[in-house]
Amino acid sequence: MYTQGLDSAGREPAPPEAAADGALEARFQARIDAEEKIEPKDWMPDAYRRTLVRQISQHAHSEIVGMLPEGNWITRAPTLLRKAILMAKVQDEGGHGAYLYSAAETLGVSREDLIEQMLDGRAKYSSIFNYPTPTWADIGAIGWLVDGAAIMNQIPLCRCSYGPYARAMVRICREESFHQRQGYEIMLRLARGTDAQRELAQGALDRWWWPSLMMFGPSDAESKHSAQSMRWKIKRFSNDELRQKFVDFTVPQADFLGLKVPDPDLRWDEQAEHYRFGSIDWREFEDVLKGHGPCNQERLAAKRRAHEAGRWVREAAVAYAEKRRAKAAPQAA
Amino acid sequence: MTGTHDWPLYEIFIRARSGLDHKHVGSVHATDERMALEHARDVYTRRQEGVSIWVVRSSEIFASDPADADALFEPARDKVYRHPTFYNIPDEVKTL
Repeated sequence: MYTQGLDSAGREPAPPEAAADGALEARFQARIDAEEKIEPKDWMPDAYRRTLVRQISQHAHSEIVGMLPEGNWITRAPTLLRKAILMAKVQDEGGHGAYLYSAAETLGVSREDLIEQMLDGRAKYSSIFNYPTPTWADIGAIGWLVDGAAIMNQIPLCRCSYGPYARAMVRICREESFHQRQGYEIMLRLARGTDAQRELAQGALDRWWWPSLMMFGPSDAESKHSAQSMRWKIKRFSNDELRQKFVDFTVPQADFLGLKVPDPDLRWDEQAEHYRFGSIDWREFEDVLKGHGPCNQERLAAKRRAHEAGRWVREAAVAYAEKRRAKAAPQAA
Repeated sequence: MTGTHDWPLYEIFIRARSGLDHKHVGSVHATDERMALEHARDVYTRRQEGVSIWVVRSSEIFASDPADADALFEPARDKVYRHPTFYNIPDEVKTL
């Protein structure tokens, strides 16, 4: 799941580079301009490396934390098949986190350090996962809207300039499309069901619409470091462009469900051939980013508990491997 | 914080179908080769993308330095006669 470029808020300006670095940097930019991929051992500006470590690791944290709101319904899915499907989706999210941590590690950081940063709140994850899932319909809305928004962000990332990140995104995108269909199919079933089920579906759409739009990040005018990210071909489209595309794709999907998008200002602009939509409440976004969303504390607490509870497993695994090695290697001559 | 700091990194190579090469797909941390195999199975073959997995400790991989690429690959650069298109065969000869 996407992290809305959370790395691009308020970075310090890069220190002046030495003359030799200037030539290397020019060569680096020429490679980027020629659509060449940068691989782990290639020379890269420190700022490029830093911004990628931050973006990729926060993307990874988002996948892992994203397992929690949906994991909430595994024990209560309405049918055995839906339980198995939800488990497969949540497993995928874990797997996506694993691909992304691997990609981040190619830049010279350790996974354990990255995870520590997430657990102590230094590193962020996508704001969308700080919202609760009070009903089964929320699972449908998440698959449909949240995974839908993620796909919109992630497809361009398949062409990002850093090889390992781009390749991880290709894998992730392939797997993500079942997620969106699973969600939409849940919404379809509910929307065509009893009145109570239809209300559940509408309620979930009401809760998840605006937070999903916020996933694309602040408006381009507010996004200071977007320009550098675009120059380095990490970011290929602006936040607003992707958000617009998401709205244009999704409103007809909501219409088909017979559900109402919770935006009184939403209308089709015949001339522009786009949907016009209302203003986003960015204060809510800021609040959630600062840790005051409905579930921020709960999510972190759950991750810390899981990390502590799993400590004995990690230690036992190391001890067991050592025991096996000792048995297999008789005393050397 | 103890734990996965002690788990070495393994590079994972998967053969998707018989007839194909093993391809590098990513990495996993594990305590040893056997665990690496199982983790690789869980992370990289959820959709039957593999019939065979190789795991190699990342520290065992010796790689060429991109900075040396020009010098390392230079010998092939001026040997255009290794390519079939270098040769002018008259059109009348159909099967070459």
